[in-house]
Amino acid sequence: MNEIYLDNAATTPIAAEVLADMNDKFKNVFGNASTLYGLGRQSHTILEDSRHLIAQSINADDNEIVFTSGGSESDNTAILQTAESRQSLGKHIITTAIEHEAVLKPLQYLEAKGFKVTYLPVDENGNIALQDLKDALDDETILVTIMSGNNEVGSRMPIHEIGELLKNHQAWFHTDAVQAYGLLDIDVKADHIDMLSTSAHKINGPKMMGFLYRQKNISFPSFIKGGDQEMKRRAGTENVPGISGFATAVSLIDADAKKQRQAKYYHFKEMIVNGLQENGVNFAVNGQIAPDNLNHVLNLWIKGISTYVLQTNLDLAGIAVSGGSACTAGSISPSHVLVAMFGKQSPRIGESIRVSFGTYTTETEINTFIDEITKIIKRLSKNN
Amino acid sequence: MIYFDNSATTKVDPAVLDTYNQVSERIWGNPSSLHRFGEEAFNLLNQSRKQIADLLGVQPNEIFFTSGGTEGDNWVLKGTAIEKRKFGKHIITTAVEHPAIHETCEQLKKLGYDVTYLPVDKEGRISIEDLKNAIRKDTILVSIMAVNNEIGTIQPIKEAAEVLKDYPNVHYHIDAVQGIGKGIGELIMNDRVDFITFSGHKFHAPRGIGFIYKRAGKKIAPLMTGGGQEHNLRSGTENLPAIAAMAKAVRILLTNEQAKAQKQADIKSTIYNHIKDFDKVTIFSKNQANFAPHILCFSILGVRGETIVHAFEDHDIYISTTSACSSKDHVPSATLTAMQEPTELCTSAVRVSLDANNTIEEAEEFNRVFDQLYQKFSKLS
Repeated sequence: MNEIYLDNAATTPIAAEVLADMNDKFKNVFGNASTLYGLGRQSHTILEDSRHLIAQSINADDNEIVFTSGGSESDNTAILQTAESRQSLGKHIITTAIEHEAVLKPLQYLEAKGFKVTYLPVDENGNIALQDLKDALDDETILVTIMSGNNEVGSRMPIHEIGELLKNHQAWFHTDAVQAYGLLDIDVKADHIDMLSTSAHKINGPKMMGFLYRQKNISFPSFIKGGDQEMKRRAGTENVPGISGFATAVSLIDADAKKQRQAKYYHFKEMIVNGLQENGVNFAVNGQIAPDNLNHVLNLWIKGISTYVLQTNLDLAGIAVSGGSACTAGSISPSHVLVAMFGKQSPRIGESIRVSFGTYTTETEINTFIDEITKIIKRLSKNN
Repeated sequence: MIYFDNSATTKVDPAVLDTYNQVSERIWGNPSSLHRFGEEAFNLLNQSRKQIADLLGVQPNEIFFTSGGTEGDNWVLKGTAIEKRKFGKHIITTAVEHPAIHETCEQLKKLGYDVTYLPVDKEGRISIEDLKNAIRKDTILVSIMAVNNEIGTIQPIKEAAEVLKDYPNVHYHIDAVQGIGKGIGELIMNDRVDFITFSGHKFHAPRGIGFIYKRAGKKIAPLMTGGGQEHNLRSGTENLPAIAAMAKAVRILLTNEQAKAQKQADIKSTIYNHIKDFDKVTIFSKNQANFAPHILCFSILGVRGETIVHAFEDHDIYISTTSACSSKDHVPSATLTAMQEPTELCTSAVRVSLDANNTIEEAEEFNRVFDQLYQKFSKLS
C-alpha cells in the first residue's frame, strides 16, 4: 500500500541533500569546534558559515543566532531567561491562548512562581485582535510572546504590527516561528523582533536542532550552562553535522521556493475543500482559508465523526493525518486551540483533524486523500 | 593521522552512521503521532530505550534522552534544586567538575543555593572524609564525576555511594560522560546512584544526543517543558535517528569492554613509560588503577600547552590542551589549579585521550615525535 503522509506540521522527512551533507560532515569533519587544532578549526569554519547562511534567512546578524536542540529549547530559553533576568522591571507577560505547549508550559511554571500572564483570546478564525494586546500592555510587561503562525489551524499573527507597537516599549518581543520558518518571509529588523524560535525538523532538516535568534542588545544568562560555546550563550559541544544539515535545509528554500510552496499548499487546500463539497461531505474548515495564512495546515471539522475513529480509519487506508498537535505526546486530550476558537462545548473539539502538507506532497496524493476520506466518511455515516 | 583527542569528541562509527541514515530515511515520523508513521517511530524509540537499559542493567523507564551531556548535567542539578527546594538548598560537588556542573552550581548559588566544592588531593581526588563532613541536614544533592575529563582521576564514587546510604533522601548524581565504556561500569552503576549523565558523541554516537539514568521513583523537575515527551520530563520532538544510532554505539562500546579498557591502558602505559624520565616532563595522570585508562595529562616545563598541541598537529597527531570546552580562552586548567599545581604547569598541560580504536603503534609513533619535539623545545628554552 502506498502511504500518504499528511502530517508535516508534526515532523517532515529529512531531505536527501541534508542527509548527504551531514554524512560528509560525520565522516570528514569530526573535530570538536572548540579545539585548537586544524580539525577543530575546520569544524569552526563550517559552524560559522552555517550561522551566516541562517542569519541571512531572517535578516539577522551572525552573532544573533544561537544554535539549540530545537524549538522547545528555544522557546523555553527565551521565556524563562527573560523572566529571570528582567523580573525587577515587572512580572507581566503577554501571550495568546493558542501557543504551542513549549511556550505555554514555561509560562505556567512562571505563573506558579508569581508572574502574571495574560492570554490574548482568538476569534473563530484563530486570529487575535491587536487592540487586545494594546489594552493588556502595561508598565510591568517585560515580555510579549506570540507565535508567527499557528500549528493547528494555520492562522497568522500580526507580527509586523506587534513589533511596531512594542518597539518603544520595555517589553521584549519573542515569536515562536517554528511553523512559519521556511514558508513565510521573515525579517527580524523590519518587524522589530527581539527573539525568534525555529526548529530544523519542520523544514526537512535534522531532528533536535534549531536556533534562537536573539537581537544583539538582548542579554540574559545561558539556559544550558557549561562550556563557552555559542559565545557563552548555549553550552554543549556544537552539533556541527546537525547545524550544517540545518543550513543545507535552509539553503533549499529561497524566497521563490517559499512563494511556490505557499501557492502549492493553498491550491491543495482548495482542492480538498472543493473535493469534499462535490462529494457531499458534511464538513467545515476550522479557521480561515486565506492566501497569506500558513497554507501547509488545514484543519477540518468532519461533522458527526470522532477524531479518533476518523484518524484510525485513515491510518488503515495508509493516510497519516493528525488529531491536533503531535506534541501533546500521544495523548488525545482536546485541542486547546480549537477550545480557544470555539469554546469547550463545541462539537468541533472532538470531530476535527489536521491535514498538513510538505515539500514532497503531490497533487496525486491529495486526490487519493479526497477519495479515501470520502469513502471512509460515507461508510462511517451509514453505520451511525 | 593519529587522533588522540577522544575525550573532546569522537568520530561517528560507520555502523552507527548507517543506523542514523536508515532511520532518517525510513522511520522519520514523530513518535508522538498516532498514525503508523508515529507508531513505527514510537516502537523504535522504545526498542532503543530498552536496548540501552538492558546494556546498563537498568529498567527502560529509567532512561531519558537529552541533547547531550551538558543538558543532562544542567537538568539533574536544576531539576533537583527545583524539586527539592522545600527540603533544603545545599548542594555538594567537587572542585574539579566539568563546566556543565560547575557553571550550573554557580548559577544556583546566585538563586540562593549553597554549594560546597570538595577539595582534591595531588591526584585530583576528593576524600571521603571531606564528603562525610560536608553533608548537612539541608543537603539535597551530591554530584560527583566518575572520571575527571582533564587528567583522568577516577573519583571514589562507590565509597561515596556507601556513605550516602545513610542519607537516602539526598540525590546522588554521577557525571559519567568520561566514564562510560572505560571498564568501571560497576563503580558507576552502583546500587545507590540516583542519576547518571551520559553523552553520545564521546563514544562514537552522533553529536547532540545523550541520555540520563534516573532511578525509578526519584523525582526531578523538567528542565525543558512543552509537549510532554519522555514522560513529561523532557519536552521536544525526539531525535529518533540519533537515539537509535546511540543505542547501537552503546552496544559496540560495551562489547568486550574490559579487554578494550586494558588495550587503552596499555597504550597509555606505552606513552607514560616513555615520557616519564624526561627532566622537564611532569605527568599528572598516574599509571595506576584509580586513574582512567584513556587519559594521560602531562606538561613540559616552560612550553605552553598550545605550542605543544600545534607542534604535534604538524606531525598529524591530534591532542589537546586540557579541556576542549575552555581551550580557546587560554585559561589554566581548572583541575590542575584545584590540585594546587604551580601556575606554569597549569598553563603548559596537554591531554592525550584514547579510545579502543587507537593502537600501540600509534603510541610508538607518538613517542618518536615526542622525542623530536622535546629536543626542539629544549633548545629553545
